[in-house]
Amino acid sequence: MSFKVDEHFLVPKHSLLNEEEAKKVLDKLSVSLDKMPAILKSDPAIKKLKAKVGDIVKIERQSPTAGKTVYYRVVR
Amino acid sequence: MLQKKIGSIDFRILDPKTIRKMSAIEIKTADTYDKDGYPMEEGLMDPHLGVINPGLRCKTCGQTMKHCPGHFGSFELVRPVLHAKFSKKVEELLQCTCKECGRVLLDEKEIAALKQGFTDTEEIIRKIKTKTKKKKRCPYCGAMTGKVLLDRPTNFYFNKERIYPSEIREWLEKIPDEDLELFGYNTKIIRPEWFVLTVLPIPPITIRPSITLESGVKSEDDLTHKLVDIIRINARLKDNIDAGAPQLIIEDLWDLLQYHVTTYFDNQIAGVPPAKHRSGRPLRTITQRLKGKKGRFRHNLTGKRVNFAARSTISPDPYLSINEVGVPEEIARELTIAERVTEWNAKRLKKLVKAGKVFSITRPDGMRKRITSENIGDVEKELAPGYVVERMLQDGDIVLFNRQPSLHRLSMLAHKARIVPQKTFKINPIVCKPYNADFDGDEMNLHVPQTEEGQAEAKELMFVENQILSPRYGAPIIILDEDGVTGAYVLTMPQTEIPKEKAWQFFYEMQLEEIPKPDRGNNYSGKLIFSQLLPKDLNLSYRSKTCEVMEKSNPDYKCKGDECPYCVRIRNGILEKGIIDENSLGEGKGKLVDTLAREYPPEVITNFYDKMSRINSDLLTVKGLTVGLEEYEVSNRVKKVKEEAIHEGLKEAKKLVKKYKEKTLQLIPGRNRHESFEIKMMRLTAEIKRRVEREIMREKLEIVTREKPELNTIIMIVSGSRGSSLNLVNISGLWGQASVREGRPKRGFSERLIALNKKGDVGAEACGFIKSNFMDGMNGEEYFYHSVGGRQGEVDTGVSTKVSGYLYRRLANSLKDISIENDNSVRTSGKKVVQLVYGEDGIFPMNSVKGKGVDLEREIFSIKAREGK
Repeated sequence: MSFKVDEHFLVPKHSLLNEEEAKKVLDKLSVSLDKMPAILKSDPAIKKLKAKVGDIVKIERQSPTAGKTVYYRVVR
Repeated sequence: MLQKKIGSIDFRILDPKTIRKMSAIEIKTADTYDKDGYPMEEGLMDPHLGVINPGLRCKTCGQTMKHCPGHFGSFELVRPVLHAKFSKKVEELLQCTCKECGRVLLDEKEIAALKQGFTDTEEIIRKIKTKTKKKKRCPYCGAMTGKVLLDRPTNFYFNKERIYPSEIREWLEKIPDEDLELFGYNTKIIRPEWFVLTVLPIPPITIRPSITLESGVKSEDDLTHKLVDIIRINARLKDNIDAGAPQLIIEDLWDLLQYHVTTYFDNQIAGVPPAKHRSGRPLRTITQRLKGKKGRFRHNLTGKRVNFAARSTISPDPYLSINEVGVPEEIARELTIAERVTEWNAKRLKKLVKAGKVFSITRPDGMRKRITSENIGDVEKELAPGYVVERMLQDGDIVLFNRQPSLHRLSMLAHKARIVPQKTFKINPIVCKPYNADFDGDEMNLHVPQTEEGQAEAKELMFVENQILSPRYGAPIIILDEDGVTGAYVLTMPQTEIPKEKAWQFFYEMQLEEIPKPDRGNNYSGKLIFSQLLPKDLNLSYRSKTCEVMEKSNPDYKCKGDECPYCVRIRNGILEKGIIDENSLGEGKGKLVDTLAREYPPEVITNFYDKMSRINSDLLTVKGLTVGLEEYEVSNRVKKVKEEAIHEGLKEAKKLVKKYKEKTLQLIPGRNRHESFEIKMMRLTAEIKRRVEREIMREKLEIVTREKPELNTIIMIVSGSRGSSLNLVNISGLWGQASVREGRPKRGFSERLIALNKKGDVGAEACGFIKSNFMDGMNGEEYFYHSVGGRQGEVDTGVSTKVSGYLYRRLANSLKDISIENDNSVRTSGKKVVQLVYGEDGIFPMNSVKGKGVDLEREIFSIKAREGK
């Protein structure tokens, strides 16, 4: 049995940032890549994105406190 | 002070070369002191190892006791011994390497594959172990392999033949660096042959000081004792070897040396009998010194004893402010605060000196002087700005008050000290809540911040009145409960009228400056008295708990909205109608305290609480809040309803049982036949109880509305201060179904709960249904059923406090270093990002309205009120 993980309603939207956007995020948080929250390269949710180690993934998800929130993770 | 930053710490294993290099002197003899009491040269107490007598200078570094850090010595073992703590590592290496050439029992291909395939060292080691186990011959030198066995903790066997530490050491020396890297060793720092000790570092005497008892007898430290043992055995072993003693004797002595070295490091290794002191007490050797709750880390480093602290039993005192703590005079006399003399306080402090309330002074040049009865007059004259006095604790000093377990930040709060003549700490019972304290013998700790900065910080951040709102959900957690709610309830009941004289006493206790006119002839209504505590611009209206309970238990009763005599309306600080109950004062639900805490400065709610607790204790003392058995008597009508409900219920139950046995029972979706039956039986018994409950509540509630309500039980239930209708029904109605883990009790004898029932009987009465109540008493079976359920409750409380306590501790420990940065992000102490915005919405729950940033409804309401509509 297989199904599309990234289309499941419980899996929030994952998308890849391009270099420019990634730099913006890092600058905004004044943080280096190693201090960012991580996501595994093998994570099923980002399999389709063809992410490389060091890329930043943007995750838009529903939060019980704030409605829609954006979270960033670096691929490791 | 010179500040240095630690760049890095690296842990490694001492090698023999380093041990000898750092050694100040080689120890050669087991003697400590000679006949005259002087330390022996080259003995365990050699002065080269450091000084412990004041005045003497260290023979190694030439410094005095205060400055000499102590120096290590060394001791040469005639035969090597294993370090027991590393025997597992040794076993691992011996099992995977060749005895002849020391290489790993894998050929080059296998090694390359391992290096390619895995990055995790532990994974690699596991793989090597499984692979080498099958090898019969070394792939490099062709030697036969053998089975290496470790007989814990230190004996090794190769093909069932004992191998001694010297052989093991030779073996380990042969293992090449490249092979060790496979096992995760950094061979620049560590070589496995160092696991076998040839030379022992002797710790400085500062680590193992000898104590001179009053009788003049010198008593040595446990570590010294152990070292003496090691040196003695070593000497005996050496003598025997030199004398050419038989191998058997030498091996015995060798094992003995091994035993002593092992217990020197750890006296609690499984399989090794602990070394005992002469008195039979096990020795406290190195591992024991560091390990566990009483070890160096948890006892001396993470937690320390402090000065300026006190501990005592606590007792209640409703006449104290919630901000205050009563400190017994005897404790206040011991606790001191340093205060700097200035132009402005010189006069006051001089007076204190004269009164004997100052214990010492410090002159501007740093000279300290104790005040005695002789020099008290001189000191008083001498005192001038720039001096610092150490005075005893006095009224109004800021102190920290704490009760263990300190589970949350409210477990330690700042109070104003108030010196009381009694012998225990006193607190207002309202502040029991944040500490989770009661007065059945609880003890609490008190700390006195010494600097002005510390006092200011404590006052601003930890003062009780600044901590009334919960940081978890932004509603008051310091609340009036139990007696507090009952008192407010009794005061604000529509019937309550209080004679002028008594009311004036209340006003005096409230410290009112203006006394209102009586509103009921010569009497005051309770509501008017209560209103005096409210701010003049307060406007509120909401439903009271009383009204809710009334409606729930009486189908004929309907809340009349604006006209309802029980629902609260406060206009311009006057309680126009309604009863103050849990919906005004309760935790999370209390609209009144919620508004007071949120919309007014903290003094307002503090004032409210302080005055309320004074009136309450007075009011309830006079009224007498007590219950008697007659409160639980019920009318014949209720008894009849109960009989009926039980009769009908049991009839229904019988039908269910029949259906169940005939397998015609309607199933509940997702449940099997048995589960469905059980659930239906539970529902049935619950319905019986509900019917009785409704009837009893209807009867009892009527009494509250009478001229003189005498029933305190029902007052407590309706006001929500303590107890529920369920408790009342258990006493005067019926207990109902006994339950174990959310179901009917079923374990016991085979197919029945107790021996009195028939086998296979699944009817209500055979499975824990209790018709009786506490007033009538239960019969034998019922008592048994009840005990079964009661036991589970007892076990649950015990287990859940234990489990949740430990769980909480682990959670708190892992989260304690996480903090919010200036950019609102949540980060670890290493500045790693946890959340981009705190809580994802950036809202601090303490300042929120039930989790929301703004309470729109309330804002609109208050804007309207301000506009005058």
